[in-house]
This record gives sequence, structure tokens and C-alpha cells, in this order.
Amino acid sequence: MKILIKNGRVLDPSQNIDDVMDVFVKDGMIHEIGQDLGLDDLEDLEIIDASGKVVCPGFIDMHVHLREPGFEYKETIATGTRAAAKGGFTTVACMPNTNPVIDSESVVSFIFQKAKEEGLVNVYPIGAITKGLKGEEMAEIGELKFAGVVAVSDDGRPVQDAGMMKKAMMYASMFDTLVISHCEELSLIEGGSMNEGAVATELGLKGIPAPAEECMVARDCLLAGYTGAPLHIAHVSTKGSVEIVRQAKKNGVNVTCETCPHYFTLTEESVKGYNTNAKMNPPLRTEEDRQAVIEGLRDGTIDVIVTDHAPHHVDEKNVEFDKAANGIVGLETSFALGMTYLVKAGHLTLPQLIAKMTVRPAEILGLNKGRLQPDRPADIVVIDPLAEYEIDVNTFESKSKNSPFDGFPVAGKVLYTIVNGKLVLREGIL
Amino acid sequence: MLGDKKDLLGLKDLPADDIRYILGQAETMKHILMQNNKKTPHLRGKSVVTLFYENSTRTRLSFELAGKYLSADTANITASGSSVAKGENLLDTARTIDRMGANVIVMRHSSSGAPHLVAQNVKASVINAGDGMNEHPTQALLDMFTIQEKKGQIEGLKVAIVGDVLHSRVARSNIYGLTKLGARVSVGGPATLMPRGMEAMGVDVCSSVQEAILDADVVMGLRIQLERQKAGLFPTLREYSRFFGIDERRLEYAKPDALILHPGPVNRGVEFTTGVTDHERSFIDEQVTNGVAVRMALLYIFTGGVKNPRQGKED
Repeated sequence: MKILIKNGRVLDPSQNIDDVMDVFVKDGMIHEIGQDLGLDDLEDLEIIDASGKVVCPGFIDMHVHLREPGFEYKETIATGTRAAAKGGFTTVACMPNTNPVIDSESVVSFIFQKAKEEGLVNVYPIGAITKGLKGEEMAEIGELKFAGVVAVSDDGRPVQDAGMMKKAMMYASMFDTLVISHCEELSLIEGGSMNEGAVATELGLKGIPAPAEECMVARDCLLAGYTGAPLHIAHVSTKGSVEIVRQAKKNGVNVTCETCPHYFTLTEESVKGYNTNAKMNPPLRTEEDRQAVIEGLRDGTIDVIVTDHAPHHVDEKNVEFDKAANGIVGLETSFALGMTYLVKAGHLTLPQLIAKMTVRPAEILGLNKGRLQPDRPADIVVIDPLAEYEIDVNTFESKSKNSPFDGFPVAGKVLYTIVNGKLVLREGIL
Repeated sequence: MLGDKKDLLGLKDLPADDIRYILGQAETMKHILMQNNKKTPHLRGKSVVTLFYENSTRTRLSFELAGKYLSADTANITASGSSVAKGENLLDTARTIDRMGANVIVMRHSSSGAPHLVAQNVKASVINAGDGMNEHPTQALLDMFTIQEKKGQIEGLKVAIVGDVLHSRVARSNIYGLTKLGARVSVGGPATLMPRGMEAMGVDVCSSVQEAILDADVVMGLRIQLERQKAGLFPTLREYSRFFGIDERRLEYAKPDALILHPGPVNRGVEFTTGVTDHERSFIDEQVTNGVAVRMALLYIFTGGVKNPRQGKED
């Protein structure tokens, strides 16, 4: 199959490309990028007219939950990667809190196999830091790395023991393996289900104080500085966390971090009415925190935008607030939220947004992706940054619909997704 | 107006006029309650189901008797003796009760917001009898009824709420209700039991119990749950009572005619000494009586004394 994407605004922040050009895809690879590409052989050629549209590297989400194996009623590799393709993601890295946990070579192989058979986009597993995510014994990080994991993390089950974390960081760095830390000091949580503050007090819900996150961000930055090991902080949500990472970077610590669209779009106010689709971990914070996250994205403290795509069945959300599952789906709303709340709002340029969704996560995970260059696998999206519409969860490809953004007016639509030279999303339809 | 509301979930969203209306109805009900023969036909043909996921003596019995005095059919369900113990989820249980034709579901639950979830999914009127740390509106209404009865008015009074404000749904409902009717509310207790951002609710947060009750017209104690000590929120009950409990000496900071109230049950010697609990200005026992009157009024209002969706067509 050959694809010619004509007259699009080709945007590749990694090479400072921003020009109206054509992109020619052949045999799964990017063959040529240039102006007015002429073609002799029209056989088996699909032409995409991208006039007025943006052509950029396929998005990379380094933090998703695909739920398979173990929780297939929430999501599968098949449905999760369909959601990814719909949202313009050509590569996702999936977290290890499956059942069984991704803490052995066999589970890694299972995921690669399933993704090959049923997946629409590239899938890379993230292995566990500790066996069973229990925080007690180190997982076989070397073997996991050889099996193909792109990082290790005990996402959702933070490593409470500082000594364990230090050893894991030292050990993982020996295998060039990134440690991703979900930062949460559990002794400060004590059954909390939303951000601690005036809204929690008003709703009578137990609070999760910002220092629960910040304590561990500080701890892990100190450990990274001390050991020299690379560290990536997951889903930063508070002003304090942004400030700690900013300072650590200034001090030369090898640390990067990410945030999610909900932390730069929503605040704790969304919980009012006991809205379980506004329940996630870390929780939605205050307006001051939201502004600090935006500032962190703007000044580069926050490197990456991830979705933390966390599908849950309706039965796990349509319950008492404190019993409801944490997390929201995000793959199908991420780009539009970034476009609307960051680019249109004037905080980031479109190339800056795209960099945080393409080349930055690729660099951090050590993937040879996120750029438009000849002789590279053709992972490309074509987007209409101006298309306006309302988010409708009923159109989601994900098995789960737990999103607080239903009905939100947004701008920015993914039209075409090309994965390894294969057109998987055509005019917004899979 | 109150007639358009299906449910009573809290005082946060209830306008002052609705609160006054309920208190007025409760006055009539108290006259009935004081008769030798209390039975009236107001709720004949109506059914009231109490659905309690937490233990309760006074609130549940109070609702049950309120219903019975007004000739309603009442039935009680507790979590431990029902399908809840088999793992049935809240909405399935609530829908089952609803489909048996309950006019009112009186509900207590340990999760804040649980009655709100049920209310959206049933036809019956839901009356919140306490949800987590959120609200306990009928308790606050009976407290306000008692204050109005003894003081003649609520506007302009200073009401001190003392103790475990953090975990207290009684405190939250009283703060909403009392401030709407023009009272000034001050709260006091250990810093570990004061919720963050409480000032936003329009109360004076005091650093000591003495400051909270200074010149108060009403001193309201809150029950200390014994497990709070185990959770490390204060060192011992002994120390709690020394610094935060109210004895007759500390009571002197309040106005000489201050009312003493407590939602009960009192831990004697912890939040109040026995001298304060049984003080001549303590109306803790009368609060219980008033609770029945207030709940009679609420059942009457919410079963169609005004208007009720169940009176419409069934599907």
C-alpha cells in the first residue's frame, strides 16, 4: 500500500519543520517528504488531500491502562488500541497493573502477541518495579527489559519504601531502564477520595492533601540526584510537584515528568454533585494547581502529556463516590483538550503541544519514533486543528465511557491515523 | 418552593423559606405529639421504608414512630439483615424497595453522597438520615427547632459547635441551616478534627473551645467516636476532655442563659461532663422529642402533604 498525503501543513517539532508539503508513504515507511511530489506509479495508491490540515508524527502515549490480561470487561488490547487510533495515537505504553501483573517475561510476550494479532497501534508494555506491585521484592527488571518493556513502574501502587525505590533505580539504570514513579505517600491518604480542601469539606468527603504527592516527588527527585539514575514522574497534579521538578531539573537531576489533560482543564469543582467521573488518582486539584501545571507545560518543566487512560465499567462508577473506581478514559479526548485548553487558550503553540505528544515521550522511552523522516516507520496523523464539535462518549471506541468531558465543546479533530504505513483511521472513522 | 422537591438530601441547597416552613409544620406536629392519643390519619395508605447502612437508635426509631403516629405503614431494612450482606449494590437495593411502592425511603449510609445517587434513580422521595461526613439534615432541623422553641428566634444568635467537626455531618447541616436563618456559627476543637477550608462555609473557626463558646447563646457538643483516638487524631480521651471537653467552669464563657445541646449519644466525661449534660439549661432530652415532631412534619410534607411524584402515573 502507498499513501500520498498532499498539501498538508507538515509539522515536526523535532526538526523544526513547519511547511506545506507532501508526504509519501510506501512499504510501511516514510519514503519522501517534499513539495509537489510527483508520482509515476499510481497503482494501489491512496491520496489524502490534507489542504488546510496538519500532518504530524503519530501521537505517543506513554501512560495507558489497556486492562488485558485480567480486566477484559473494562478494556482489551483490541478495544484500547482502537480508542488510541481514533485519538491519533500510533504508539502506547501500557502500565503493568494487570492480572497477572506485568512482572514476568511471559506476560510481556503475551501482550506483544495480542497486540500483534488484535492491536491497531504499536503497544509497548511497561514492567513492574516490584513483584506483584507489592513494593516488597524487586521484579526481574533485567529480564523484563530483554523481553521488551520500555520502562518499569508500580503505577497505582506507589513504592512506599524509600530504600526499595533507591535500589530499584540503581538496578534499573544498569539496564538502561527508566523508572516511572507514581508519587503518593499512602500514610497521608487515609481513605481520601478527592483533593483535600474547601470542596471536600463542603461535600463531606475525605481529602487527599497535595503533600501526599509532593513528598514522594521530592523523595524520588533526591534519590535520582543521588544515584544518577533517570527518573520520570507520572501524572503531576500539584503546584508543589511542578516546583520540585523544576528545581530538580535546575540542579541537574536526570528527571522528566508528565501531566494529563484533566489536570490542565478541570479542578476539584468538577466533583460537586458526587460526580464519580471526576474521581481519579491523583485527584483533581485547585485552580492554583491547574495554573501551575499549565505554567509547567509552558516553561518545559512538564515534558509530556499522557492520558492515564483508565477504563472502568459503569458498575464501578455508578456507586457511592468513595467506593467508585479511580480514573477516566482519555485516548479519544486528549488532542482536542490540548488543542482547546492549551493552544487556543494561548499557553502553547501547536508545535509545542505536538512535541509533548510525540518526540518528547519517544526520547524519554528511548523509542526511535515521534519524527517524520524518510526510511522510518510511517506513524503519521492528519488533524484538523480548527474543527469544532462536542465530545460525545457514546462515540468512543473504548469499551468504557468514564469521561468527565461528555458534552464539552472542543476544537481539534483527528482525521487520519497511519500506523506503520497502514491507514487505520480514515476521515475520523476506523 | 418545597412542594416541587422530591427529596430532602441536605440543607445546603434548601432555601431559608423552606427551612422556616418545615419548622412551622413541626410546631403543629409537636402539638399532636403531646396529645395522649397521638394517632392521626395524615399518612394513611402511605409507606415509609427506613434503609440504614449504619447503626442507629434514635434517628431510625424517631422516623419509624413519626410514620406510625401519622398512620403510615413503616418497614425497616438494615444492611446486616438484608441482601446488602449478600453483596447487592446500593442502587439495586434501592430500586427494589422503590418498586415495592415505598413513598419515602429514609436512608442512612456511611458514604457521603449515597442518598443523592439513590434519589436520582428512584421515584420515592428520599430523606437523608445521615450520609458519611456530609449532611444530617433532620438532626439540624430538630436542633434549629429546639433553638427556636427556647430562644424564640434563630436570627442574631451565636451558636458554638464544639468537637469533632471534621467527621461531623451534624455540624455541616447545622452550619448550612443556622447561617441561612441568620445565626453566627463558631466552631472549636482540636486542629486535627477541623476540616481544611472550613472558613469558606461562613463560620468562625476558633483556635480554642473557650473562644468558640465565648458569649454563645447555644453550645452544641459533638460526639467523639472512640476510634478517632486510635487513628492518632488526639492522644487520649483524658487529654481530650481536659482541653476540649466542656465542664461547668468552661461553660461560664457562654452567656448565662445559653442552651446546651448535643445530638447524642453523649460520652459523659468526654465532650460534656455529667454536670453539663444534665444541666438545667440542657435540652438534650427534649431534642429527642422534637426530633419526632420534625420528622412527622417532613414525612407529611414529602408524602404529598404538599405534592409527591408517586401520586402521578405509575409505569
